Amino acid sequence: MRHSTGFKVFRAVGLLLFAAYFFVPLLAMFDFSTQVRGSAPGRTWDNWALMMTDEDLRSSIVASLLLALFTVLLMVALLVPTMVWVRLRVPRARGLVEFLCLLPLTIPALVIVVGISNVYSWVTYLLGDSALVLTFAYVVLVLPYSYRAIDAALSAIDAATLSEAARSLGAGWFTVIVRIIMPNITGGILGAAFIAVALVLGEYVFASLLHFDTLPVAMAALYKSNGPAAMAAALASMLLVAVLLVALTFLSRDRHKQGASS
Amino acid sequence: MTDLRTERGLAVELADLTRAYGQVRALDGLTLSIEPGELVALLGPSGCGKTTALRILAGLDTATSGTVSVGGKDLTRVPASKRDMGMVFQAYSLFPHMTVIDNVAFGLKMRGRDGAARRGRAGDMLDLVGLAEHADRYAHQLSGGQQQRVALARALAVEPSVLLLDEPLSALDAKVRVQLRDEIRRVQIEVGTTTLFVTHDQEEALAVADRVGVMNAGRLEQLAPPAELYSAPASRFVGEFVGLSNRLPAQVVGDTAAVLGRDVPVLPGSTTGAGLALVRPEAVSVVADGDGPATVATVMFLGPLSRVTCTLPDGTDVVAQLPSTEALRLQPGDSVRLEVAAEPVLVIA
Repeated sequence: MRHSTGFKVFRAVGLLLFAAYFFVPLLAMFDFSTQVRGSAPGRTWDNWALMMTDEDLRSSIVASLLLALFTVLLMVALLVPTMVWVRLRVPRARGLVEFLCLLPLTIPALVIVVGISNVYSWVTYLLGDSALVLTFAYVVLVLPYSYRAIDAALSAIDAATLSEAARSLGAGWFTVIVRIIMPNITGGILGAAFIAVALVLGEYVFASLLHFDTLPVAMAALYKSNGPAAMAAALASMLLVAVLLVALTFLSRDRHKQGASS
Repeated sequence: MTDLRTERGLAVELADLTRAYGQVRALDGLTLSIEPGELVALLGPSGCGKTTALRILAGLDTATSGTVSVGGKDLTRVPASKRDMGMVFQAYSLFPHMTVIDNVAFGLKMRGRDGAARRGRAGDMLDLVGLAEHADRYAHQLSGGQQQRVALARALAVEPSVLLLDEPLSALDAKVRVQLRDEIRRVQIEVGTTTLFVTHDQEEALAVADRVGVMNAGRLEQLAPPAELYSAPASRFVGEFVGLSNRLPAQVVGDTAAVLGRDVPVLPGSTTGAGLALVRPEAVSVVADGDGPATVATVMFLGPLSRVTCTLPDGTDVVAQLPSTEALRLQPGDSVRLEVAAEPVLVIA
């Protein structure tokens, strides 16, 4: 399809405006985080280095990354088999499962935290007071988004026929889910995982009110004493999410090239 | 190439199977026996229970009552993954993330066969269906017919005791359907696996099966070799469902019925007294006769054969199937005399 010169100019200007809208604040953050404070000119990486040298900030970064990892693993382990099972064996329960999974979206985070704070006093009593116990709450938090991503991927394949074909060839249910269904919904799982990582790395309300030190909580605290360092940490977490998004895009593309209908 | 004949064809027995969905009975006391190495086709209209029967045999559905046994072993409560059956589905069912050869080898992997043995057997099966050169392709790179041939190779690779075919040709175009139909029969004879073939296409069923079972409302109406099923239907439903039939006024006296002025033998199950005889178009001959009571209505050319529709004085239409060389001598409006061959007919009330 050929476009007129006017349309091409309009498109280019539009793209530039959108790019500016997204990138100018990021550049400003980068500028702010690398400025030498005071009247002296020049640039410094001290605020970025703080993420490695400051023990509290570093441990909060590690905690957030581990939380993201465990949330993704637990979410996939819970959601994928449940959704496959419901779709294949108890399709009548699909509406109920969808309702339950979407429920956290309709309840404000603050209300959920107040509701589960008593539960968490038991969780920390039984499992210790590591920030990683937030995994359970975060799995609930990411359910609505992850459910949608995986449900769309499952709808794109004939899960019933594929699983019946595998079972008729001698595969048990575990093999059906892990070797047949999951490789064909990789795009959906990666999408769900990415959303989960993005949510966990940015989640503040749960961690703050339940008194756990995660990256957003540490950043908020740091912002009060060292704004540029907090800005560097915020920009770094955004870059990490962006890298994950790019990786997801390439992984999905590779799978399409292989012929997987994910 | 290795000998592909499995020698594992086992007898299949479905005994008094019932499958109820609430008030609806998809199967209503189905009993069916299949001999070792035999290909039985289940034929019937949509919703008659043929696919339900096959799925229960495969272990993909559970009977409300009744038993399933293969080779004398009761499999009623055995899960699908342990039944040692191969199945080809109506929908394309190749695993999209695997190559053709990995698809065919999947069942062998589930049985713990080592890599070399898997690839060897999978290669042999792809040879059998003529797709060895497509071994490294993915499903989306194959046509529908090729996908179903791979699915057939995959089902047979595990040397199943029973091969189940659930309308495997219905998604294909007419020409490919006929080719693959013949190929399925060739392969089935070559490997000797007991096979249950479900279809709603009677030409398909009559062409490939050793015996055809006609189902209606969850029950088996008749199970017989194709020629017997066609020429000696056991019930009104079979007579009307399989092939074309004229319904001609008849008067049954003893073992014979008077049809179009001729006495013909009647089949068991016929009514007595006045009724309607189910007469095949090829059993009707049309004789040009200026004083004949019937009139030619239409002549339909079908290649070597033609179908001639004639109207009797009482308005009844009679369809005759004749060699085209004879039929094309007739014109609509010609007066003709109709004669019925002295073949047994079923007379219904």
